[in-house]
Amino acid sequence: MVNLEMSNDVTMTLPQIQERIPTVVVDDAHVVYRVHGGSGNNLSAVAALKRMVSRNSAPNVREVHAVRGVSFTAYRGEAIGLIGTNGSGKSTLLRAIAGLLPVERGAIYTQGQPSLLGVNAALLNDLPGERNVTLGCLAMGMPPDEVRRKVPEIIEFSGINQRGDFASLPMRTYSSGMSARLRFSIAAAKQHDVLLIDEALATGDKAFRKRSEQRVRELRESAGTVFLVSHQLSSVRDTCERTIWLESGEVRMDGPTSEVLAAYEAFTNGK
Amino acid sequence: MANLLADPDSGLTPAQLAARHGLRVAGERPSFGRYSGQLWRYRHFISEYSHAKLTASFSNARLGQLWQVLTPLTNAAVYFLIFGLVLEQTRGMDNFIAYLTTGLFIFNFTQTSLMHGTQAISGNLGLIRALHFPRASLPLAITATQFQQMLGSMVVLIGIVVVTGEPITLSWLMLVPALLVQTVFTAGLTMVMARLGAKATDLKQVMPFVLRAWMYGSGVLYSVDLFAENLPGWATTVVQFNPMLVYIELARISLLENTHLLTDSLLLTWLIALGWALVAGVGGYLYFWRGEQEYGRG
Repeated sequence: MVNLEMSNDVTMTLPQIQERIPTVVVDDAHVVYRVHGGSGNNLSAVAALKRMVSRNSAPNVREVHAVRGVSFTAYRGEAIGLIGTNGSGKSTLLRAIAGLLPVERGAIYTQGQPSLLGVNAALLNDLPGERNVTLGCLAMGMPPDEVRRKVPEIIEFSGINQRGDFASLPMRTYSSGMSARLRFSIAAAKQHDVLLIDEALATGDKAFRKRSEQRVRELRESAGTVFLVSHQLSSVRDTCERTIWLESGEVRMDGPTSEVLAAYEAFTNGK
Repeated sequence: MANLLADPDSGLTPAQLAARHGLRVAGERPSFGRYSGQLWRYRHFISEYSHAKLTASFSNARLGQLWQVLTPLTNAAVYFLIFGLVLEQTRGMDNFIAYLTTGLFIFNFTQTSLMHGTQAISGNLGLIRALHFPRASLPLAITATQFQQMLGSMVVLIGIVVVTGEPITLSWLMLVPALLVQTVFTAGLTMVMARLGAKATDLKQVMPFVLRAWMYGSGVLYSVDLFAENLPGWATTVVQFNPMLVYIELARISLLENTHLLTDSLLLTWLIALGWALVAGVGGYLYFWRGEQEYGRG
């Protein structure tokens, strides 16, 4: 009897585990972005006038080919680490997935609207943290009654009130670590189909990092996909089972975290 | 087992795979209807954000919210000193102080909204790059903030009008629809400014001059009769269709007893006012929506 129930249970859950639903499909994506004032020496007034007269539109725009033909498919329930040396195109790729940078060639398909959580997600610095939490939740599209319910939870999670009542102080009085923690807590309060985290876990103390890694795991279990860009290989190792290694805008390796990290460490040490 | 279940997806190109599971191209612009629906769901965000901006703008000043009233008062005092006392524009006018402050406050509402509108996208890049929401929320929130400021200055204006001896009449009620129509016009134009300002960063430097020229052409600081007296006929006709002049005239004719319209026809003035609101409101919204996928890029 017991045996039968158990086998029943297994057949019930197996298809859920096995059916792989793609949430992000990146198909030979190239991202080129343009930097204004890149050459730096053409910013004088005379040069600007010359440009206007000669109708030479903005010669100080430089093109950076940051992502060169990346392809992969991410599935529901996966947490994927993105690693690579500085300037390898990790953050650019995340912004392209979030729909904030257009692809030059190829295509990126996503389920729902991916949310990019970066360290520079500025809120209103003149307003108290509490007010920013309300605003952030509304900006993510939560209904007002849910926002009212969530605000204390978010402040509790961020831990900004550990040293006195900081939630009612303007955000400009926060340390950089505190505001980064608050921003992460706001973004993590919502169920995202696809959550893109750019170095946001690196800030904050050890206790907060533990909590946020736990939260990333929860988000993953509730049928989302999480991308994590980090230079701290330990946090990639702890949260992601799959890792993509980007180098000069190309995928160098894509596979289980332990294998990719081992190869990456050998590469950076050998350099 | 795993191989068997993975089968339906194998052999598909990435595009087919994406289509099979209902994925959409990243950063695609939503259809107009969908976008408007999204915007409606974000109304709470718009009101909260505009209120937050209003609080934040005074948070560093010691007198705080009092500036909401002090700013228009000081503004009116300065212009009265120059145009009323030094240049003596008061000649032949019944109530110059009320005439001047009405024009000033009405114009100031649209002016500050447009000025802030150029920064609606470029000043909020952090928010735009972090979270996804209909971007039209930002210029709309700016107009809403300025609308609240304007209500503060209207209280001051009513005070000035009463103190300078204008009778309280039923025609005051016309001020309410006049302000609402002007708000639609302002919101539309603010959205245009937001899209322009997102790309052309020099716009912020140019706008003060454009707005000042517009103010001189709107009969804020002197009697509108000067237009009819000094300009050739065709130019007066052009000035008659100046939306800001029309909104100011509507406010003046509601509040002040001895004023007359440049066109001498209240119906025509209302029609021009409504026409501009419709053109700017609908056109501005459409124009802003068409740029939706570009905001925050680059």
